[in-house]
Formats: sequence, structure tokens, C-alpha cells
Amino acid sequence: MLPATVPLSWYLLLSAILFAIGAAGFVFRKNIITVFMSIELMLNAVNLSFVAFSYQLKQVDGHIFTFFVMVVAAAEAAVGLAIILTVFKNRATLEIDEVSSMKN
Amino acid sequence: MDAILFLIFAAIAVGCAINLVRQTHPIASAISLIGVMCSLAVLYLLLGAEFIAAAQVIVYAGAIMVLFIFVIMLLNAGAEPARGKSWVAPLLGLPALVALAALLAYFLFRSMPGSPAVRFGDFTLGGPRPVGEALFTKYLLPFEVTSALILIAILGAVVLARKELD
Repeated sequence: MLPATVPLSWYLLLSAILFAIGAAGFVFRKNIITVFMSIELMLNAVNLSFVAFSYQLKQVDGHIFTFFVMVVAAAEAAVGLAIILTVFKNRATLEIDEVSSMKN
Repeated sequence: MDAILFLIFAAIAVGCAINLVRQTHPIASAISLIGVMCSLAVLYLLLGAEFIAAAQVIVYAGAIMVLFIFVIMLLNAGAEPARGKSWVAPLLGLPALVALAALLAYFLFRSMPGSPAVRFGDFTLGGPRPVGEALFTKYLLPFEVTSALILIAILGAVVLARKELD
């Protein structure tokens, strides 16, 4: 039957799985907004390992790092979505394959 | 109880994450990402991180995702057009995924054989008070630098998104 508690490594495993899914979405998706959301998913996965390690070390520092990651993610979302707006205004597309001025 | 809660919300998180990557419509992806974030907030609570769980719901699932959905609706982003799929993908994709997950699990469990069991309530340093004390004493300088970062991000967003004045 199920154990009453779970070992900490399960949390790390969940974090690794979420990170891998996010990385796959980052590579395979073609919509620029979905790619951006995959990045957010990867940041969330890393946050989970920060909190898990903070639990293991009985220190609060991991929580502070998670807090800073959230702040950076908020700033990144604001700037990134502004860039997406500008790209859409100039090219009327959200496909990352069609935004290729810097290719070659 | 801890294990049941962990398994339920871990399953929701992984399911929503897979749905995020598989959906072709950005709105469906955004809703799935909100699901991932909310279930992660519950896992943070299980790990004793009360403040971070609240911030996760308010900042991530609230503010950032509203911004995403706002932009998706503003741009009227439709479904991604399907393109030709290669025959290799279904043949190799799933076995490769399972192999990767098994490899990850193997190395994680081998490198942390005696990892402690997570008990709800064991970690009491995650409330607003200890987090605030650490934030305003030990991490005061990074905290202040963060405010400059936010200011620069606001300026950048305004400069990028404004209408060109002729």
C-alpha cells in the first residue's frame, strides 16, 4: 500500500519531469507565445527544486531564491510580451519560423 | 495523507504540463499552465513553504498568467497550423521519453539514497515572518537591486509597446 510520506527525491523527480516537458515544448512548439509559456514552466520546475532543497537543508534561503525567480519571471513576462506585441505589429505573425531576419 | 496529496497534485501538474505542450491553441496552453502553477502551490504547502505558495498563486497564476491571456486575446492568436509529421516521431518519441524518465529516476534515486521523508509541518521556516527576516537582513541588497530590475522592465515594456509618434 502507499507509504504515509513521500521521500524528498520524488519532488526532485517531479521537478525534473516538468523541466523536461518544458524544454520539449520550447524546442517543438512553433507559436511564440506557447514557447514563452514553456519557459515559464521550466522556471516553475526549478522553483520546486529550490523549495525541496530548502526543506532538506532546513534553511529559508531556497525560498528567497524562489522569490527572486518569481520577480525575474514577472519582469521577463512584461518585456517578452511587449516584444511579442512589437513582432506581431511589424510582421502580423506569431510563427517563430517566419521571424527569421537574423538567419544567415 | 501526504503521499496521497503529493500523488494527486503531481499527477495534475504533469498532466497539465503535457497538455500545455500538446495543445495547439495558446489559450488552452495558458489554462493548462495555470493548472500546473496551482498544483505546484499545493506542493509548496506540503513542503512547508506557505509564503511561496501564496506568492505562487498571486504573482504567477494571478498576475503573470493574466498578462499572458490578455496578450493572447489582444493578438487574437488562433490555433497553430498542423504541419507534416515525420514517421520517426511516434516510433521513437514515446520510448525515448520513457528511457529519459527512467534514466533520470535512476540517477536521482542513486545519488540521494537516504533522502528524508517529507512530513507536512516539519519545516516551520516558510511563513512570512522568517522569509521577511531573511529578505530584509541577509538578502537586503539583492532585494533592492530587484526593485531597479522591475523599474527597468517597466521602462522596457513601455518603450517596446508604445505607438510610434511621427
